[in-house]
Amino acid sequence: MFRRERPIPLRGSAAPLCNNLSVLQVPSRNLTHFGVVHGPSAQLLSAAPEGVPLAQRQLHAKEGAGVSPPLITQVHWCVLPFRVLLVLTSHRGIQMYESDGSVMVYWHALDSGEASPVQAVFARGIASSGHFICVGTWSGRVLVFDIPAKGPNIVLSEELAGHQTSVTDIATEPAQGQDCMADVVTADNSGLLCVWRSGPKFKLVTQIPGFGVPCPSVQLWHGTVAAGYGDGQVRLYEAGTGTLHVQISAHARAICALDLAPEVGKLLSAAEDTFVHIWKLSRSPESGRTEVEHCHGECVPDTQVCGARFCDPSGSSFAVTGYDLAEILRFSSV
Amino acid sequence: MSLRTLPLLFLNLGGEMLYILDQRLRAQNIPADKARKVLNDIISTMFNRKFMEELFKPQELYSKKALRTVYDRLAHASIMRLNQASMDKLYDLMTMAFKYQVLLCPRPKDVLLVTFNHLDAIKGFIQDSPAILQQVEETFQQLTDRYGGLSDGEFQLIRQTLLIFFQDLHIRVSIFLKDKVQNSNGRFVLPVSGPVPWGTEVPGLIRIFTDKGKEVKKVEFKHGGHYVTAPKEGSFELYGDRVLKLGTNMYSMNRPVETHMSGASKNLASRTQQEIIAPNPLAKEELNFLARLMGGMEIKKPSGPEPGFRLNLFTTDEEEEQAALTRPEELSYEVINIQATQDRQRNDELARIMGEFEVMEQPKQSASKGDDLLAMMDGF
Repeated sequence: MFRRERPIPLRGSAAPLCNNLSVLQVPSRNLTHFGVVHGPSAQLLSAAPEGVPLAQRQLHAKEGAGVSPPLITQVHWCVLPFRVLLVLTSHRGIQMYESDGSVMVYWHALDSGEASPVQAVFARGIASSGHFICVGTWSGRVLVFDIPAKGPNIVLSEELAGHQTSVTDIATEPAQGQDCMADVVTADNSGLLCVWRSGPKFKLVTQIPGFGVPCPSVQLWHGTVAAGYGDGQVRLYEAGTGTLHVQISAHARAICALDLAPEVGKLLSAAEDTFVHIWKLSRSPESGRTEVEHCHGECVPDTQVCGARFCDPSGSSFAVTGYDLAEILRFSSV
Repeated sequence: MSLRTLPLLFLNLGGEMLYILDQRLRAQNIPADKARKVLNDIISTMFNRKFMEELFKPQELYSKKALRTVYDRLAHASIMRLNQASMDKLYDLMTMAFKYQVLLCPRPKDVLLVTFNHLDAIKGFIQDSPAILQQVEETFQQLTDRYGGLSDGEFQLIRQTLLIFFQDLHIRVSIFLKDKVQNSNGRFVLPVSGPVPWGTEVPGLIRIFTDKGKEVKKVEFKHGGHYVTAPKEGSFELYGDRVLKLGTNMYSMNRPVETHMSGASKNLASRTQQEIIAPNPLAKEELNFLARLMGGMEIKKPSGPEPGFRLNLFTTDEEEEQAALTRPEELSYEVINIQATQDRQRNDELARIMGEFEVMEQPKQSASKGDDLLAMMDGF
């Protein structure tokens, strides 16, 4: 059972984008940071455990040529071994900041040269693996940036080709094992999933076709890919081989966000049908098969959810954003 | 985000405008032949070939101000006049109706069915005019050509683009409140029952497979809604059962059109902030677009054998006056007045550019976008 906690007010409503909530837990300082995209601006705020907002900052997409201010597509914290960076993607490029958003340490402008007049140019999909940050683009290319332990000497190390349509989301293995065969998964608008092994040169491990239904959100947990689709399905695959293990008819509308509480194997799915569901993932010891159990379903009335994240490592609390909603809704288990 | 959104936005808003005007023309007892002329003139202007050609070019959605100006002109394409207050109300109703339709579309692709519903109804208004009917059917064909083959992913992008355009709009509409599709706080009701979208399974089932792909276990779970399977898919053909009711005419003689202006959402402050980022409404790009569109729209002077008349979106003239006085500041639409620009500096700059460049058609990514505009402004 979950109960609603006090919501955290936002300066501007959440934009109707997928994966529109990023959460950075800082247990050492008893703080939680939230990041939400409003449109041409994104809002970062930090809150105490009871949800009292303490500090906030607004970031804007770097301007460029064009009629109107560029829209931000996503904002996401990347936790690397020696630092935390905040990454912001927009219709112009990729901005990387120190974790509190105070200083921009890197700017990468998107190259729209190959775009046909009918294609929108943007970056979307952000995740970190080891000392790399991967960012997806409108063309399907995934940009891999090599991040130093400190300072602004960030380098574009590789461009991964694997997708033919716009990248939607990227996920990485939370547990960084030594011989992790597959630790990055990228998803796109056609539902195709590409599983990679990170390194100085990324290697494509396998591809999982999507049959035209977009995959807006993806997660990776102990060798299992969890993917949420535009038809409301959540599917779990073996990361190394692409074998389908579980198929869940989870939602009645497009899924907009997935999140993981890796320590306990909990998966959160949120969709435009106003529902948030929590699932328990496990590996059967005898068969080695991935199994799923439904734990909880929460309806956020009359709200087209656009972002959802766990707020603590045990998955006992989560936060939700909704289109047109100027607050972050919070739920915690009783 | 998507560069394919403008035709859908324009046609659906236009369709809603025609529904409302049709209802008001009948409510105000305007003679049938005059009413028919008004609708014919507006529809004929809306579906003008050059107009449509401009519309279907890949481009970003233009600002709310620019779009509002287009509808202002469109509403005045005939012998009918609307006061500012009535025009404001008309635009409020149009935008909230289409926002509702986009939000409630079961699949992103269904926005095309909503568009077809509007076009089907428009054809009904102009049954006696084969020439205009031809224009509408050509547009139908254009829509099928451009959108018929788009992927679900592209439609999802289009849907997001439309919702971004309508972000923070919470005007309460009487007919929506009465039908309980809108809450008193201005937000739309999102039902958690009824048919699932075509292609989606009813939620509630977990299926577990072996490595060989054999299903070994089926577990049901309680998902919280009351969904049933979709009965059938709507038709995307020129003629057919669209199945979806969104985009059909919800107004009739007995259901008047009213809006409540009080209790406007506080989020409007943030919305106007967005608009203020580009403060000069005379941005070259927008003027360019507008000028091209309006090249085809002549304002008919209400004189000669067909005397004009004024349409009121309110029940009485007093109500209309009252509405004009009490409209909240943040909800006022600033209409771009191209002809009477006060900005002398900009005029000088335009005149200078006019002298320097020759007139030619420029593709979207070109640097000197002012040319076409200046050529048109010569004729104003």
